[in-house]
Amino acid sequence: MQFGALAFSTPWLLIALIALPILWLLLRAVPPAPIRRMFPGVILLLGLKDDENQSDKTPWWLLLLRSLMIGALILAFAGPVLNPQQKRAGSGPLLILLDGTWADAQAWSARLDRVGALLDEAGQSGRPVNVTLLTDPPQAITFRSADSWASGLAGFTPKSWTIPREKDWITSAETGFDTYWLSDGLARDDRMDTLNALETRGTVTVFEGGVPPVALTAVRYSDGGVLIDVIRLAVGSAQEITLSGYGLDPQGQERVLVRGTANFAAGENQFEVKMVLPAELRNRITRFQIDGVRSAGAVTLTDDALKRREVALIAGRDDREGLELLAPLHYLRKALAPTADLLEVPLNDALLSNPDVIIMADVAKIPETQALEQWVNDGGMLVRFAGPRLAASDVARDAIDPLMPVRLRQGGRNIGGAMSWGEPKSLRPFAKTSPFYGLPEYPEVTVSAQVVAQPDPELSSRSIATLADGTPLVTRKALGQGQVILFHVTANAEWSTLPLSGLFVQMLERLAITTRATTPSEADLSGTVWAVEHMLDGFGDLGNGDNIAGVSGKVLADVLSTGAATAQVPPGIYATDDRRIALNVLKADAELKSTAWPVRIRVEGLSVLPEVKFMGWLLLGAMVLLMLDVIASLLLSGRLRGGMATAMSVLIFSVFSIPDAAKAQDDIRAIEATAEVVMAYVLTGDTTQDNLSAAGLRGLGDNLFRRTSIEPATAIGVDLETDELAFYPLIYWPIVATQKMPSNAAYIKLNSYLRTGGMILFDTRDADIGGFGAATAEGRQLQRFAAPLDIPALEPLPEDHVLTRSFYLLQDFPGRYQGRDIWVEASPPVADAAEGMPFRNLNDGVTPVVIGGNDWAAAWATDQAGNWMLPVGRGFAGERQREIALRFGVNLMMYVLTGNYKSDQVHVPALLDRLGQ
Amino acid sequence: MNQESLEKKVQTRAAGATLASTLPPLLAAAEKLAATAQMGEHGRRRTGLGDEFWQYRPAQSGDSRRHIDWRRSARGDVHFVQEKEWKAAQSVLFWVDTAQSMGFSGAKERGTKRDRAQVLGLALASLLIDGGERVALDGLDGPPRSGRAHMLRIAEAMLVQHSADYGAPQMTRLPSGAQAVFLSDFLGDWDTILRTLSRAADQGVKGILGQILDPIEEVFPFDGRTVFESMGNQIRHETLKAGGLRDRYLERLAARKDALRELAARTGWQYHCHHTDQSAQSTLLWFYSALRRGR
Repeated sequence: MQFGALAFSTPWLLIALIALPILWLLLRAVPPAPIRRMFPGVILLLGLKDDENQSDKTPWWLLLLRSLMIGALILAFAGPVLNPQQKRAGSGPLLILLDGTWADAQAWSARLDRVGALLDEAGQSGRPVNVTLLTDPPQAITFRSADSWASGLAGFTPKSWTIPREKDWITSAETGFDTYWLSDGLARDDRMDTLNALETRGTVTVFEGGVPPVALTAVRYSDGGVLIDVIRLAVGSAQEITLSGYGLDPQGQERVLVRGTANFAAGENQFEVKMVLPAELRNRITRFQIDGVRSAGAVTLTDDALKRREVALIAGRDDREGLELLAPLHYLRKALAPTADLLEVPLNDALLSNPDVIIMADVAKIPETQALEQWVNDGGMLVRFAGPRLAASDVARDAIDPLMPVRLRQGGRNIGGAMSWGEPKSLRPFAKTSPFYGLPEYPEVTVSAQVVAQPDPELSSRSIATLADGTPLVTRKALGQGQVILFHVTANAEWSTLPLSGLFVQMLERLAITTRATTPSEADLSGTVWAVEHMLDGFGDLGNGDNIAGVSGKVLADVLSTGAATAQVPPGIYATDDRRIALNVLKADAELKSTAWPVRIRVEGLSVLPEVKFMGWLLLGAMVLLMLDVIASLLLSGRLRGGMATAMSVLIFSVFSIPDAAKAQDDIRAIEATAEVVMAYVLTGDTTQDNLSAAGLRGLGDNLFRRTSIEPATAIGVDLETDELAFYPLIYWPIVATQKMPSNAAYIKLNSYLRTGGMILFDTRDADIGGFGAATAEGRQLQRFAAPLDIPALEPLPEDHVLTRSFYLLQDFPGRYQGRDIWVEASPPVADAAEGMPFRNLNDGVTPVVIGGNDWAAAWATDQAGNWMLPVGRGFAGERQREIALRFGVNLMMYVLTGNYKSDQVHVPALLDRLGQ
Repeated sequence: MNQESLEKKVQTRAAGATLASTLPPLLAAAEKLAATAQMGEHGRRRTGLGDEFWQYRPAQSGDSRRHIDWRRSARGDVHFVQEKEWKAAQSVLFWVDTAQSMGFSGAKERGTKRDRAQVLGLALASLLIDGGERVALDGLDGPPRSGRAHMLRIAEAMLVQHSADYGAPQMTRLPSGAQAVFLSDFLGDWDTILRTLSRAADQGVKGILGQILDPIEEVFPFDGRTVFESMGNQIRHETLKAGGLRDRYLERLAARKDALRELAARTGWQYHCHHTDQSAQSTLLWFYSALRRGR
């Protein structure tokens, strides 16, 4: 029996509800059970008749309460179920098919839930099942029991690439099967082929629904702004979609650099967002992402196309005013202007702005050689063009000039000119090692004059383009992290026709001086091999692409043009040399349309409303009503008096009186913490460690009490989130891998604590801080915890640190482990050795943190009776180690409380001197 | 006698003694002394046995020479004999109801009615004995006596509980002209009470009717379906709506009290109603003055 979404497992029990009115009457008629009372006055009552025939009428609200209670019981046992699962008919093998595309990713868990529900059903009816992603089809379908799939269901993840067209795995299946197809709802041109293939095997049921997908298409650069298309499938209502551009900030942290909003009007399914941002910021952007959507389609990666390189153009001469076409920089300007930001200022100014590339056309003497060399060393690219001046100068004649890739012969040569023999030379096809390899041949490019390189052993390896006769045309050498490239011809058309040809632009592009604005064509990429630098997974997370083979430029260009990424060429960032190409999930002109399923196909919703059984709740409700009834009955019969009433009111009022108590508790705690010297430890949430910390500080406190004038009270555990830290001179923070990251508010407190003279002793307890390393979980945790802290530069504890002599003379700081270095604030570099003293003149500043991993608390820990709780080392050596550990604790506490007092010893000679007079 | 009842006895006597210690010894009013031959403190205005001087009379023959008052006789020639005033003791008869109904207490912090009756009775008896009167307890054999030893016997006899639901005085010995103190809730059978009092009036016995009630009995704070049972479970009354009976119960109680008061007035007795939540002291004072006044 079913009422809407509600059904009953034993509906006939509902007939009992008819009995409710009868019950009502019955309850009214039957008097409540009498109370027996001893009463001497009964003799006076004898013979008295009741006024009415019926008992004290049960009040209507009590009747209602009881009727509700019985009603709830009846309903409960009738077994009401919300959204009862319908059993699906069918038998035989079942294929559960998921598209597994980026569009699925937004509601992936809902899809898996649905698959889980379908698997349950199939399991109940004993159907063998196969679960397959269309994006990742198997070689052949194998059907197994449903529960074996259910356990591995979480391992299915959506893929970022498109669905392969290959359908053999369907047609080659050995048996027929029914199909449940959980589609992402997007129209694809091979949908119907797949459907037809599946329908030859059995019936197909389609499940669609979930969140309508939204996506980003590729980024374009236009008119100083970044254009990005947001597309969506839903064409219904107005919608606002925000997207963010992410990139590395100057500190190397990824953060949101720009935000944009797409305001879809109702019915629109595409919105172009334009974001204008400075070149510096734009170059940093690595990806755009729709906020709050976890899908590869909602991510668009940016590549060189968006990066506008900053190119400084320096000309050696600009004396021929007005002769535009002969100006040395004219062709460079024309070639670079569309894709790069040009900078035409004197070299020393250009260097200040740190451009990506500096192009020098026929510059022989460079005054700022050193600065320029430094800039190249730091990763700059210096491109030089030859010319009459360079040819006439003695630059790189005898010795190798650091800013020239090769040595040059005097004078250069002219070929095919009026005064020379021979024809102008054309280019030799590019060698495989050349970055230009794969560029088409341009026979019309001829060179009539050039500067000539001196033969050198390295000449051939440095030539990246040569003339037909083998003389180098372009040479390159690495310098530091940067490179120096020399075109042996002029940048204008005087010496060659190269600047006139398309080859010139392509060469600049290959050298990553310019970047292309459009999708690279096959020709652009041929001959190159691209490695997958980052791979985009179906959820839109960037992963490592190490296990994917390199992709040839031809294949990549093909994929880029069709937009159909495959498992072999997944969406991501492809890199070769200095160039980056982003392969995105969606092409620039992609559209989202929903699939038009044929009428014969049954399409069901995706959402599987979980079966909710109300029996428990109804029984609980009946129980509560029963309790109320008990109280009400007691109240009515006058039995709820005295003690019980008091107990109830106490119970009720105690609820309201808690906050006051908490505040009082705070005050008590503050007084406790400040009445005496109190060390504190951070409550990590790990009870064992917290107890150990407390015991460790107890042991240290006892020893301080015994050995020094510091007489600490019992240590207090502090909760970083709620407790005030300012009261404690030292906070011991054992790093536990399971501790939760403190909140921002807690970090504000911690930083103010550190700034105002507090000290935190970090203890990773892994004895492996020497590598300062991410080797252990605690080490990584420490890095995470300490990152937001305001900690100065650190150094391993130097031998002359005050901590080595604030009470005992120590050089080791063992705890339970005899670990390596501990780290403290770095001493100022200017500190010099004090005269006659074995240590430097360091008497300022107390380190706010001490970081180590020797598990000191464990070495210090004593129980209430003063016995050591944990063993340290072995035998006498162990006892010695514990003693040193305690001494470290004493020294640390002394250091905390007296600061650099001991460092003042450097002044002892001077003081003695003064006293002597 | 087991440990508990021993304690009870000691406690009750102590309470009675404490209560009594606040008042001077009591000499009960005696208009007409009980015809007893016992010496007491009530002068009979005639010669007889006693300690007090009454009159001189000339010695007659037959008078023992020992009786001649030589000091008076020396003033004259006639021999005088000193006659003493005949002094007799008043007898006060106590009935302290110890039936089951007296074991009722409406609240934990209050004692039972029986406790209160016993304390009041003992205090009065103790005061009377101190005043030289003779005291008897209904149900205790023997004539009225005085003296501390008798006091102990009375205290012991008072603690004997009756199994009857409601008590009534037996009054096997009712010396005429004596005083009587009846302490009970007087909820029992009216006829018995009426008969006893009539008989007492016939004998010329006067006294006090002390009705002791629990406040609960005066208020009847019950509601709902209730089965009321007498303390001995012999009588029960079920009602569906106890609240509805309240008014009629209170009417009946008032009627009973009025009847008692009227009966007392007719027979020359005095009636007083005491509630267990009141101070025993004030009631004792009332009893004290009532007994001394004799009316």
